[in-house]
Amino acid sequence: MAVDFQRVKPYGDTLGDGAVQLSFSLPVPCGEEARQAARQLAAQMGLEEPQVYHMDDLGEGYTFFIVYGTCTHTVDFTSIRVPKVDDGGRMNYEAINRFIRERIGRKLVVIGACTGTDAHTVGIDAIMNMKGYDGEYGLERYPEIEAYNLGSQVPNEEMLAEAIERDADALLVSQVVTQKGVHIDNLTRLVELTEAEGLRNRLILVCGGPRINHEMALELGFDAGFGPGSLAPDVASFLVRELERRMSNDTSKAPD
Amino acid sequence: MREKLRLDQGQIDRGRKAAARIAADVNRELEKKTTVAVERTVLRLLGIDGVDTEGVPLPNVVVDHLLEQGRLSAGAASWVVNAALHENITPQQVAERVAAGSLSLTEIPQVEWASLLREGERLAAQGLERIAANRREREEQIRRLGEGRKPYLYVIVATGDIYEDIIQGKSAARQGADIVAVIRSTGQSLIDYVPYGATREGFGGTYATQENFRLMRQGLDEVGEEVGRYIRLCNYCSGLCMPEIAAMGAMERLDVMLNDALYGILFRDINMQRTLIDQAFSRLINGYAGIMINTGEDNYLTTADAVEAAHTVLASQFINEQFALLAGLPPEQMGLGHAFEINPELEDGFLLELAQAQLSRQIFPEAPLKYMPPTKHMTGNIFKGHVQDAMFNLVSILTGQGVQLLGMMTEAMHTPHIHDRKLAIENAQYIFNNARHLGEEIQFVSGGRVEARAREVLDRAVGMLEEVERIGLFTALERGMLADVKRSPTGGKGLSGVLEKDENYYNPLEAELKRRVGLDPREEGSVHGRGLPTR
Repeated sequence: MAVDFQRVKPYGDTLGDGAVQLSFSLPVPCGEEARQAARQLAAQMGLEEPQVYHMDDLGEGYTFFIVYGTCTHTVDFTSIRVPKVDDGGRMNYEAINRFIRERIGRKLVVIGACTGTDAHTVGIDAIMNMKGYDGEYGLERYPEIEAYNLGSQVPNEEMLAEAIERDADALLVSQVVTQKGVHIDNLTRLVELTEAEGLRNRLILVCGGPRINHEMALELGFDAGFGPGSLAPDVASFLVRELERRMSNDTSKAPD
Repeated sequence: MREKLRLDQGQIDRGRKAAARIAADVNRELEKKTTVAVERTVLRLLGIDGVDTEGVPLPNVVVDHLLEQGRLSAGAASWVVNAALHENITPQQVAERVAAGSLSLTEIPQVEWASLLREGERLAAQGLERIAANRREREEQIRRLGEGRKPYLYVIVATGDIYEDIIQGKSAARQGADIVAVIRSTGQSLIDYVPYGATREGFGGTYATQENFRLMRQGLDEVGEEVGRYIRLCNYCSGLCMPEIAAMGAMERLDVMLNDALYGILFRDINMQRTLIDQAFSRLINGYAGIMINTGEDNYLTTADAVEAAHTVLASQFINEQFALLAGLPPEQMGLGHAFEINPELEDGFLLELAQAQLSRQIFPEAPLKYMPPTKHMTGNIFKGHVQDAMFNLVSILTGQGVQLLGMMTEAMHTPHIHDRKLAIENAQYIFNNARHLGEEIQFVSGGRVEARAREVLDRAVGMLEEVERIGLFTALERGMLADVKRSPTGGKGLSGVLEKDENYYNPLEAELKRRVGLDPREEGSVHGRGLPTR
C-alpha cells in the first residue's frame, strides 16, 4: 500500500485509519455530562467517533479524560519546507578543533549564559561545561575554543559587556523558562542591544532551549537556534563554519 | 533489625566528625557577623510589616536607614526597641515614622540599657509566641485529622497566580497529595526584599509573600478538613531573603521549607558568607517552628553525572546535617535531599539508585529523607517518563524515604498541569501500596553489587569531607570541589549586606530562640550595662 504523501493521516494499525490519542482536563464536574463534553470537544478538533476511555475526578470541579478518535484532517507532506541550521554536516570534537586550527587560525571566543530571569543552567552547562553531556565534551574542553559560561540570571547588558571585553566571536543564550513568552522579549532585547552597539555583524548569536527551534531563532534575529537534544558538537560545527564564512567576506577578524 | 547493607560504622563516624569540624569552623568565623537579611528578620519578628508609599517593605526601610548612618552593626533591634521605649510606641509605629521621615533612630536619646533589654526580651517572646502557637495548632490538627503515611506525597504548584495555585493545591490534596509546594517566581532568590501582598503575576512560579503564604495555608486547611488529612505547605527558604522567608513561614504555619546551606552559593552565586550566616538564623527559626527543612543535594546531579558525583551528594548531606544541628534543628526535621538521576540507559542503574537511597537511609536513620525524581533524563517521551517515575517510586518504598517529590511525566516540558499531578499521585499510590512492606523482606547480598556500591560512595564521601576539613569549606568552595563550581569568599551577590557585629551587638530574637531550642546563647551578659554605641 503506497502512502499518499499529499494527504497524510495519523496511523494506528491500518493506513488511513487516522488513529489519535489525546488527554486533557475540563473545568467541569465529573459525570456523564462531562464525558459528553469531552466527546463534543474532540469532535470539534476533527476527531470522528471520539471514545472517552478513561475519565477521572480531579476535585474542585475538574475532570480528566483520555480520548481516542479518528482524525479527519490530512496534511500535504510534499509541500513542507523547514529551515535547518546549516552546519555543513556535524563534525566531531577532533575535527572541530582541527578546523579551527587550520581554517580559522586562532582561538574561537565563545560566551554563554542563561539570560534575564532564567535560573536554569542545565542547557548551557550541557553545551559548555568541561564534562559536557551524553558523552560529548562541552566547549570548555575544546583546546581551540575559549569558552566562558557566565551562569544564570545574567542581564543582557552584562553579557554584551563581557562580549566586548573579551572580543567574543559568538554568544550562546540558553532559555529554559518560557512561561508567558518571557524568553521572546529577552532574546529580542539582546539582538536590539547588539544592534544598538553596532556589534551585530561582529557576533554570531545563537540561542537554545527546550522550546527553541531554528526557525524561531531566525525570526528573532539570531543566526541559529538549537532545540532539545543538541550537543556541543552541533553548536560548535555551526559556529566554526559560520565564522569561516564571515571571515572570507570580511578580513577584519582574520589572523594577522 | 539487621541493617540491609553492612557498612563500616567507623567510616560513617569519620565522615560525620569531619563534617562537624567543617561546620564548626565556619560557624566560629561567621558568628562575628550579621547580614541585612538577618536584621530585617529580627524586625519582622518584632512585629514590623507592611510597605512604605513606594512599596518598599518597612523592614528594608528601617535597615537601610540604619545602614546609611553606619549604625546597623549594633543590631537593628537595639535602635528600634530604644525608639519604641523612648517614644512609647510599638516597633511597627517606629518603622512607619522612619518611613515617613519623621523619626531618625540614631538621634533619639538612649533609654536605660536594662530596660531596653527587658523590652527587647518581652517583644521577642511576643513574636515567638505566635510561632509557638502555630506549632501547637499544627500538632493539634494532625492529632485530630491524621496525616498521610510516609513517604509523603509532595507535589508542586507553579502558576504564578496565588489564586490559581490554591485551586491546583486543593485539587492535588483531594487527589492524595500530602505536601503542596508553591514554586517561587524565577528570580526571586536574587532580590533583596520580600514582595508584599497577594500576587497574581510570576514567571515559572509565584512570589513568596507573607500574604500568599496565608492564603495558601487557608486553602489547604479548608481542603484538609474535607479530606480528613493534614496537608502540609512548603515554600523556598533560600536566596537573599532566606531568614525573612523562614520568619514569614513560621508566622503563617508553613510546614516544610527548602533550606540548604550551600545551594545559594553554588547555584545562585550568592556570596558564601551571606548565605551561611543567613542559613544559620533561618534554621534556628525553622527548628523552633517545627518546620521540616529540605536540603538541595539533588542539584549536584543536574549537570554532574549521578554515578560519578554520588559521593558529593552524601558529603553535602553530612555537612547540611551538621549545620542544622549547630542551629538547633533536630534530625526529625532534616529532610536531607538526594535524587534519582542516573542515566536510564545504564545497565544495573536501578541497583546503583537503590544503593544510594539505602545508604542515605542507614546513615541518617532519623531524618525524613527528601527524594527527588528523575529530571535530567526526562525527555518529553511522557510514556517512558511515567515508567522512570515508577522505578523511582519503587526505590523509595523499598528504602523508606520520608518525602517523595513526585516525578511528573511532563518534567522538562512545562510546569505541571492539573492531570499530570493526578497521574503522578496515582503512580506513587499504586506502587507504595502494592510494595508497602517489600523493604522488610529484603537483605542485600553480602559483598554484592549494591553493598559494594554503597561502600564505595561512602568511602569517597569520607575522603572528600576530610579533604574539605583540612583546607576549610571556604577554600574548598574556591577550588570548585563542590559541584565543580568555583566561588570566592568575597565574590557573588549580597556581600555588601554582610556586616561585622559591634562588640555590643544586640539581637533579642537570636538569644531567645537559642534559649528555647536549648542552644547556649552567646554571652549576652557581657554587653549588659554597656549601652548603645557612643555617638
